Amino acid sequence: MPRTEQQSNDRFNGKWFWRYASPAAFYPVAGTIEKLCWFLAISLTIIGLYIGFFRAPTDATQGEVYRVIYIHVPAAWMAMVIYLAMAFWCAIGLAFGTRLSFMMSHALAPTGAIMAAISLWTGALWGRPTWGTYWVWDARLTSTLILFFLYVGYIALAAAFDDKKKGDRASALIALVGAVNVPIIYFSVQWWNTLHQGASVRPGGSSMATIMLTAMMIMAFAFWAYCIAVAMNRLRTQIIERERSAAWIQSSVRK
Amino acid sequence: MIWESWSAFWSMGGRGFFVWGSYGALLIAVIAELIALKRARNRALASAEDSHDA
Repeated sequence: MPRTEQQSNDRFNGKWFWRYASPAAFYPVAGTIEKLCWFLAISLTIIGLYIGFFRAPTDATQGEVYRVIYIHVPAAWMAMVIYLAMAFWCAIGLAFGTRLSFMMSHALAPTGAIMAAISLWTGALWGRPTWGTYWVWDARLTSTLILFFLYVGYIALAAAFDDKKKGDRASALIALVGAVNVPIIYFSVQWWNTLHQGASVRPGGSSMATIMLTAMMIMAFAFWAYCIAVAMNRLRTQIIERERSAAWIQSSVRK
Repeated sequence: MIWESWSAFWSMGGRGFFVWGSYGALLIAVIAELIALKRARNRALASAEDSHDA
């Protein structure tokens, strides 16, 4: 017999965050978050690109090609942040057995893979005119490539099991073990002698011109909003898929 | 406006290939992701309808 929304909620009776751990309760919340994030993503992108392309001056040493930074750095940040977020949700899922946590991680993975791919692609196109090469096997680039493969492995493993619960647990192990790679990426430019430049922005200071930094930070927030919007959309689709026999889904689908 | 003309803007100081190659790839990735999301949603809704009929 399909569980009703009420019974599903009763399981988590008590603290409010347990209530929102139920897919049925979080479904409408995810929809609201998605709409808000789309608004933020679109408006911040327009503002960020306007400042980046029409207000920020030419770079003294790199010329115009430096403008790749407005998407390269935010994409690279999101690739790392999303992986850590996945590891976080997988840890919660393994510890508490909450279905929604694993779905959250699955919803983030494809976007994380895209962010890693974009950071590699834009980095290659930026590297060619500034370093003279599209690719070099240096620590920063290699560890980011490994991050991309970790995303692909996670997605493949999660999809490989007919039993969704087994897929959840197996892929969670990749997310948790692979998380070790994220600090390696971040600190690679300090630990090894690499071609990639050091961090332009770090806690406590920045080496960039203010207007360039402003445009880049606005784009970084736009990327955050985009990733959250897309993940919430994917999460809602997964909730429909996994709970399709539940009464509350049936009533909302037929609406 | 920091550009002398629109053609100066598009040429990006002779580095247009690298700049627009980056932004173009991002645009394609975003469009592809949105299409994939839309398709997945339609599939999920269709299968939910089916399991209701069954």
